[in-house]
Amino acid sequence: MQKTVNQRAWFLVLPVLILVAFSSVIPMMTVVNYSFQDSFGENIFFWVGLEWYKELLQSERLWDAFGRQLLFSFIILMIEIPLGILVALSMPKKGFSASICLVLMSLPLLIPYNVVGTIWQVFGRADIGLLGRLLSDLGISYNYSQNAFDAWVTVIVMDVWHWTSLVALLAYAGLRSIPRAYYQAAMIDQASRWSVFRFIELPKMRGVLMIAILLRFMDSFMIYTEPFVLTGGGPGNATTFLSIDLVKMALGQFDLGPAAAFSLMYFLVILLISYVFYTVMITVDKDEAKP
Amino acid sequence: MSLRLQSVSKISNGETHIYPTNLELQKGTMNVLLGPTSSGKTSLMRLMAGLDRPDTGKIFWDGADVTKKRVQDRDIAMVYQQFVNYPSMTVYDNIASPLKIQKKSSSEIDAKVKEMAELLQLTSVIDRKPNEISGGQQQRCAMARALAKDVGLVLMDEPLANLDYKLREELRFEIPRLFEASGSIFVYATTEPEEALLLGGNTATLWNGQVTQYGPAMDVYRDPLDETTARVYSDPPMNFVSVRKDGAGVHFPDGQLTRLNEDLASLSDGEYRAGFRAHHLEMSDNQSGSIEFEAELVVTELTGSDTYIHVDVMDERWIGLMPGLQTFEVGQALKICLDPQNFFYFDKDRKLVASPNRKPEESGI
Amino acid sequence: MASLTLKNLAHSYHPNPGEDTDFALKEVNHTWEDGRAYALLGPSGCGKTTLLNIISGLLTPTSGHVLFDNKDVTASSTAERNIAQVFQFPVVYDTMTVGQNLAFPLRNRGMEVDYISQRVQRIAQMIGLEGDLHKKARGLTSDLKQKISLGRGMVRDDVNAILFDEPLTVIDPHLKWELRTQLKSLHREFGHTMIYVTHDQTEALTFAEKVVVMYDGRVVQIGTPKELFETPAHVFVGYFIGSPGMNFIPVSVAGRKANINGETINLNHDYGDPQGDVLLGIRPEFVRLTKGDGLPVQINHIQDVGRHKFVNATVFDVEINIAAGEGFEIESDMTRVEFDPSNISIFCDDWRINAEAVDQGTGAMT
Repeated sequence: MQKTVNQRAWFLVLPVLILVAFSSVIPMMTVVNYSFQDSFGENIFFWVGLEWYKELLQSERLWDAFGRQLLFSFIILMIEIPLGILVALSMPKKGFSASICLVLMSLPLLIPYNVVGTIWQVFGRADIGLLGRLLSDLGISYNYSQNAFDAWVTVIVMDVWHWTSLVALLAYAGLRSIPRAYYQAAMIDQASRWSVFRFIELPKMRGVLMIAILLRFMDSFMIYTEPFVLTGGGPGNATTFLSIDLVKMALGQFDLGPAAAFSLMYFLVILLISYVFYTVMITVDKDEAKP
Repeated sequence: MSLRLQSVSKISNGETHIYPTNLELQKGTMNVLLGPTSSGKTSLMRLMAGLDRPDTGKIFWDGADVTKKRVQDRDIAMVYQQFVNYPSMTVYDNIASPLKIQKKSSSEIDAKVKEMAELLQLTSVIDRKPNEISGGQQQRCAMARALAKDVGLVLMDEPLANLDYKLREELRFEIPRLFEASGSIFVYATTEPEEALLLGGNTATLWNGQVTQYGPAMDVYRDPLDETTARVYSDPPMNFVSVRKDGAGVHFPDGQLTRLNEDLASLSDGEYRAGFRAHHLEMSDNQSGSIEFEAELVVTELTGSDTYIHVDVMDERWIGLMPGLQTFEVGQALKICLDPQNFFYFDKDRKLVASPNRKPEESGI
Repeated sequence: MASLTLKNLAHSYHPNPGEDTDFALKEVNHTWEDGRAYALLGPSGCGKTTLLNIISGLLTPTSGHVLFDNKDVTASSTAERNIAQVFQFPVVYDTMTVGQNLAFPLRNRGMEVDYISQRVQRIAQMIGLEGDLHKKARGLTSDLKQKISLGRGMVRDDVNAILFDEPLTVIDPHLKWELRTQLKSLHREFGHTMIYVTHDQTEALTFAEKVVVMYDGRVVQIGTPKELFETPAHVFVGYFIGSPGMNFIPVSVAGRKANINGETINLNHDYGDPQGDVLLGIRPEFVRLTKGDGLPVQINHIQDVGRHKFVNATVFDVEINIAAGEGFEIESDMTRVEFDPSNISIFCDDWRINAEAVDQGTGAMT
């Protein structure tokens, strides 16, 4: 007997297809449509083909933003992942203090993005901000709205403050799932603290750390609100990351065509990098699992 | 009531889990699926329950085709190896839960729950929650829930496997009693031959996704129709030795010869595999008619009231079961003896041709 | 390697233990000999894991001392005690190879490279993993992983003791005997002091030279497998060892006679005049159905398991089990049971009356 092929089954997935069409496919196709056309307003469009893409790929402005973006994501991953692990390792394992710790750790995650930006904007001001005032009183020249380096430091510190908790919480969950017997065995084997970390804790945290890296990468690559509130992309273009640039282009200059092309390329880049990330992790995992 | 499987098979990911199987289980019978780990017991149960659809064949309940009927619409209950109870409910509510779903009146439910609790000795813990009672009680609670439903088909998948052996021992004696009290078809999976014999009823032996034999437990045990069934229905597995039969009698690899009694004289000449069970291997005190072998002791194991010995004899590894606790030195040379009366003879096709209860001509070959 | 002494050892999980029932481990005093294999046997909650954790140093006892070779280690950490432990679930370092796993305890102690590789080779050979030394531990099956943890326990030749905490729990039934056997031969080969915790009588009796039976926080008997079977010191030992366990029948005993409902059973020894709850204990193997001799019996049901028949019967309102041999025919006029007098035990208030001692007139009860 053959398995029956029933075409009617397709009707059952129809509602989902319709939902996805309205939520993703149609808006996306609109953007695709814009990216191949130009407009002088009044809803008159004409076909320009790949013109916007060519222009964008040659534009220094885009490449600069792209470079800044990569640098930013790289830096915050390099700080947040190790720092998160460190925080997780030093958190209490159980009891009341563990609960307190967890609540405190979650606080930054609960603050809306633009509030985070505002907090740091005020915090860092030399006239009224706690940090800015302190630094200038100490004789350190610090001004995030004038000095590009200071702006970067502030944006990075802000992101670390906002998101390290997430990494720490994930790592903490990974650590808590390690059976006690492993620690006992390590004690008996007289393993050093470093060996315990290297051979027990790190391998057991792999899974959650991969998720943490992926989440933090995608999120930082699309960062917009916090630096926009803090510096507005400045000074100059120093903290103009891809999304900020995109918004400037689409809303500030109302260049719908280039902005659409930009969006699509942005989307593809994130998709591509995430895919590469994921594949690499999976293959590493498989290789390790090979006997 | 009856459950009939008609050339039912299951293949998944290119692997055959169940080869085409025909079985007919009657109302009020206990049916034990006996086989080692991953021999297909659970797969077969899932097919019977309707949790999986067979790839070929049909399943009939009381003569009606139920192959495509959903699990929810079938009249079944299942007990698993893990103790599955609702953690937030008391034992009482756990047992009552299927009855509430059946929309029974509260007085009816109360009476049934109390009856079940009494039957399974849960009355004293009826107001406790699953995590406040012992593992044995948790599993009894799961069984009570399955039985309270009063369904046509009760499936139990190694329900005692996760219990301490003392509890297992006690429940093994209880289950036949429970089963007698209900009129359902019982299907019970186990890896242990002794459990299958204790439960009685019918046994289906399974090996690599195939039902090798089905029949009353003692019949299958006494007359395993092929070598595989004989292995499966022996714990430890049956011991074997290659022999050659001719006019003089049966020759063993070490040159010994034993005459055959009248019953076996009609066995045709040729090569056979002779099998015997562990408890028929004895320490030599050469009785008349038994054959003696030189053996080297490899391992001894003590179970509490018996001793298992693993011995090397003529290129074969045999396992013997001695009553009481015996102490031997590993590597020690032993004289062991076998009574040929206890031999099963299997031919080249691994089919049974003679056994202690069966003369060669009876086997119809 | 070392001998192990437990001195007035007791433990309670309550902060201020008062009554006897507060104690998860009631006072024990024992010395376990150097180089022997012991098993701690008992049902869950009997205190065996508590005792093991005190020995390994994970738990500090409420009172008493643990001594290794007469050196008090009660306050020492696990690492200082120089022991090895194999856990219920295989604990291996996933990212390391089999060889690196085995070498790890030696490397941490700064042993010489030559010594390490020679030792790893030897152990790998013993546990049958010499061909897999370069494989990653991660992908191995749980029985192989458990072999690695076993090997890691054996690799140091200077350990005071090796502790096993139900090490065969996750092993497939048909592989259990192989690991059990391997453990036994490893013990013979290396002569470590070994302590094996289990609730499975087959594992305990097969593995150990001496079995420590625990019940309700108390050590009820330490003995060879034969002693536990033939002369259980406590009714729990009688019940727990053997399947089915020992039958117990309430009787009154005077000297060499036991009485029940006007019937008399002759005893091989003089038990004096015990006061309290007196039970006669007899294993199912030593009960025989007869046609005329012995106590009247009513057969409830018979279960044939091939190599013998289990008969469930009632003697004066007490349910007993009888194990009859394969060839034994049970006939309808078998209305009585006889107990093999040399295998009768008498218990008073749950503890065995040591008949030999009474015979000699000391009158002592243990």
